[in-house]
Amino acid sequence: MAKRINTPLTDDVVRTLKAGDNVLISGIIYTARDAAHKRLVALIEKGEQLPMDVRGQIIYYVGPCPAKPGMAIGSAGPTTSGRMDPYAPILMENGLKGMVGKGRRSKAVQDAMMKHNAVYFAAIGGAGALLSKCVKEAELVAYEDLGPEAIRKLTVEDFPVVVVNDAHGNDLYEQGVKEFRIN
Amino acid sequence: MTAIDSLYVSNIQERVIRLGKATRELDVSEVTKAVRQMCISANYNVPEGSILALKKALETEESSVGKEVLARILENHKIAREECLAACQDTGVAMVFIEVGQNVKLIGGELYDAINEGVRQGYIDGYLRKSVVTDPLFERVNTGDNTPAFIYTDIVPGSDVKITVAAKGGGAENMSGLRMLTPAAGVEGIKKFVVEQVAEAGPNPCPPIVVGVGIGGTFDRVALLAKKALTRSVGSHNAHPMYAKLEAELLEEINKLGIGPQGFGGRTTALGVNIEFAPCHIASLPVAVNLNCHVGPHESVIL
Repeated sequence: MAKRINTPLTDDVVRTLKAGDNVLISGIIYTARDAAHKRLVALIEKGEQLPMDVRGQIIYYVGPCPAKPGMAIGSAGPTTSGRMDPYAPILMENGLKGMVGKGRRSKAVQDAMMKHNAVYFAAIGGAGALLSKCVKEAELVAYEDLGPEAIRKLTVEDFPVVVVNDAHGNDLYEQGVKEFRIN
Repeated sequence: MTAIDSLYVSNIQERVIRLGKATRELDVSEVTKAVRQMCISANYNVPEGSILALKKALETEESSVGKEVLARILENHKIAREECLAACQDTGVAMVFIEVGQNVKLIGGELYDAINEGVRQGYIDGYLRKSVVTDPLFERVNTGDNTPAFIYTDIVPGSDVKITVAAKGGGAENMSGLRMLTPAAGVEGIKKFVVEQVAEAGPNPCPPIVVGVGIGGTFDRVALLAKKALTRSVGSHNAHPMYAKLEAELLEEINKLGIGPQGFGGRTTALGVNIEFAPCHIASLPVAVNLNCHVGPHESVIL
């Protein structure tokens, strides 16, 4: 049975999420990949304002395909999260509560999640067509020059994810391999 | 004209006449059309071999989360095919392998321009993502049309032109590896390296994956072998029985790792292992691993 959550995330909601939980996200989420993260962190370091308020928000690591006429977005599955590891802790320090991607996170990111009470979800990699159906609206926020790497504000409905790293230090990837590894 | 000159001229004339008879002209605009079509079609239609392997995995997977993931993946691939959408948003760099029969005379323009034009049209007309940057380190500006294509050309006997387009995504590509083993490492050394590489990749390349393995050749060639192995369908086997056996053994070992669909734990870590091999130096045993996710778009056509 999937848990339904809405954005922005509250600390209480984040605390209830456990590694392995099936979750359906509704509300606003922001897209950003490596190039956008680099710019966001540069702004924070200079003490300047970000193009969006990240407090309580979820960032989705995705570079979607262009939308066909009549659609909100093209294929939109997750990209590998590890590439955002150098940038994620500072965003959590500034209030980011959730990240959606796929693949492992570094120790530093996991520690930052525990410290700042944040959560990391995985969406199914290679299921971009299916996931695009949950995106109802997409609006450009910043960095249009980055093409597919621009920051977009997505309105999602029941966007399916699984909790990989919760705020309590659990890791679904480790648990899964431990359970199914032979010898 | 000296006697030797006239002999030379008559030889040339003879060869031209002989070649003229066997030469087939192919307008490169046909190449553009084929490449455009394959870029689009490969990204919308997950190869049949992968679909069959996913369906089989859905029956055998022991993890309930894993089963759920496999069912969603199959649903995704069905939506992509029926609604003409890219199965994965990472529609990759366009790898183009072209085998040109030596009797073919290409007319109407430059071959590589024609290929790049096909990629440009395919990625724009097909609403595919453009994922190529100009230079790797300093500017990293998106080229905007997914060119240049990454082209490998072979001259082969005959009068056909065979083109394979493989859209290679970055996530799985980043988990590749290469090792220059020594001959003493043998089969065990190869197995150890391949399995370790997949274990290290873990959830990152979007399992279930397809594992391309190159064995032999040189440092540069072995990587190409691994990539070419991924253009073979899932479920096919190397024609050499010992390499085919090694493919099966590696698949079994990999699926004992427990990584499972999307790395959430399970039995289905890989759908297939494809090996390509080549002769190598007496001192060497190069091995390369190149990964594809379960989408692994590729298509071929003979013109």
